[in-house]
Amino acid sequence: MDFRSSDTITGPRSEDVLPTTATAAVKVVIVGGFGVGKTTMVGSVSEIRPLTTEETMTQAGVGVDDNFGVESKTATTVAMDFGRISISEELILYLFGTPGQERFWFLWNGLFEGALGAVVLIDTRRLEVSFDVIGRLEERGVPFVVAINTFPDAPKHPVEALRSALDLPEEVPMIDCDARLRGSSRDVLMTLMRYLHSLSLPLA
Amino acid sequence: MNSPRRERRKADPALSDPERLYVITGDPDGSERAHLDLVTMIVAQAQPTPTVQPEQAVILRLCQAPLSVAEISAYLGLPFSVVTSLLTELLAAELIESRAPIVRATLPDRSLLEAVMHGLQKL
Ligand SMILES: Nc1nc2c(ncn2[C@@H]2O[C@H](COP(=O)(O)OP(=O)(O)O)[C@@H](O)[C@H]2O)c(=O)[nH]1
Ligand SMILES: [Mg+2]
Repeated sequence: MDFRSSDTITGPRSEDVLPTTATAAVKVVIVGGFGVGKTTMVGSVSEIRPLTTEETMTQAGVGVDDNFGVESKTATTVAMDFGRISISEELILYLFGTPGQERFWFLWNGLFEGALGAVVLIDTRRLEVSFDVIGRLEERGVPFVVAINTFPDAPKHPVEALRSALDLPEEVPMIDCDARLRGSSRDVLMTLMRYLHSLSLPLA
Repeated sequence: MNSPRRERRKADPALSDPERLYVITGDPDGSERAHLDLVTMIVAQAQPTPTVQPEQAVILRLCQAPLSVAEISAYLGLPFSVVTSLLTELLAAELIESRAPIVRATLPDRSLLEAVMHGLQKL
C-alpha cells in the first residue's frame, strides 16, 4: 500500500480540531439500502465535512472442493462515511453511514458492537431492501428507530401500514424525515436517544 | 399497501460473534493488536522518536489534539486495520494514549443519553 507523502497530510481544519478535553466518544450507525440517504444524513448533521474510513476484507476460502488445498482469497475494500457532532467539551458523537455491500456491515469488527443504537433509513418505494438489515439488528439486539426518508415521488403510506409491513413492535419509533435537512436529521437522532432512554427505564 | 412483508426475528445471543465469511486482512487472530474501536480516542503523549515509521510520525503530529481511530484512518487514507497496527506499536512505546469509547450496555446509561440529547438540542 502506498503511503501518501507525510507532509501532504494535513488532518482536520483548524476549526475542526477537538479540545484536549474531548476524550469520551459514542457512536450511532445509520443503515439502509443503496441511495436511501445515509451519506446525506451524515453530512447534514456532521460538524465536519464527512470523512471516509475503509477496511480491507479477505474472503476466507471455503476449501471444500479445492484440490490443491490452497485457499482462494479475494480482497475487498469496504468504505464507510462518517461524521461527528461535539456534544460537549468532553463527549463526541460519531455517526457512521454503512457501506453499500450489506454483507460486510456485520463483519466489520466493532462497527455495531458498542454502538448506542442504529437508525434504519427506509425509502417507501423499496421497503424490502431494509428487511434483512432490520432482522440482523434484531438478532444482535441493537436498538434502532426507523426513519422514513421522504422522496418526492415516493408513495405515501400511513405509518401503521409501514409498521405492519415491516413487522415492527409497537414500541419501535418510526419518524418521517428529510435527510437533507439538519433539523430533520437531528430529530431522528433525538428520537433514537429518547427511545434508548425509555429502554433504560424500568418496565411499568 | 401491496408490498412484501417482513417477519420479525428474535435476538440471538450466539450472534454476538457472527459467522465470519470474511476476515480482516492480515489479522489472523487479532491477539497481537490492542483492542481499538473506530471511535477510540487517541492523544499523542510525545514527539515522534527517530524509530517510528513515517505513518506513525504523522499520527503523532495529528493527535496533538484528540482524534478518533476512524478520523486517523480517513486522514491517512489507510485501512482501519492498518491504522490499529500502527497504533498498537505507538501504545506499546507509550507515545500515545487511548481512551476507550462509551459503549452500549445492557442497561443504557441514562445520564449519558440525557447529555447527548442536550447536545443535539443545541445543534
Ligand atoms: N428528496 C430527497 N432526496 C434525498 C433525501 N435524502 C437523500 N436524497 C438524495 O438521494 C440521493 C442518494 O442519497 P445518498 O445519501 O447518497 O444515499 P446513500 O447511498 O444511502 O448514502 C442523493 O442524490 C440525495 O441528494 C431526502 O430526504 N429527500
Ligand atoms: Mg452513501
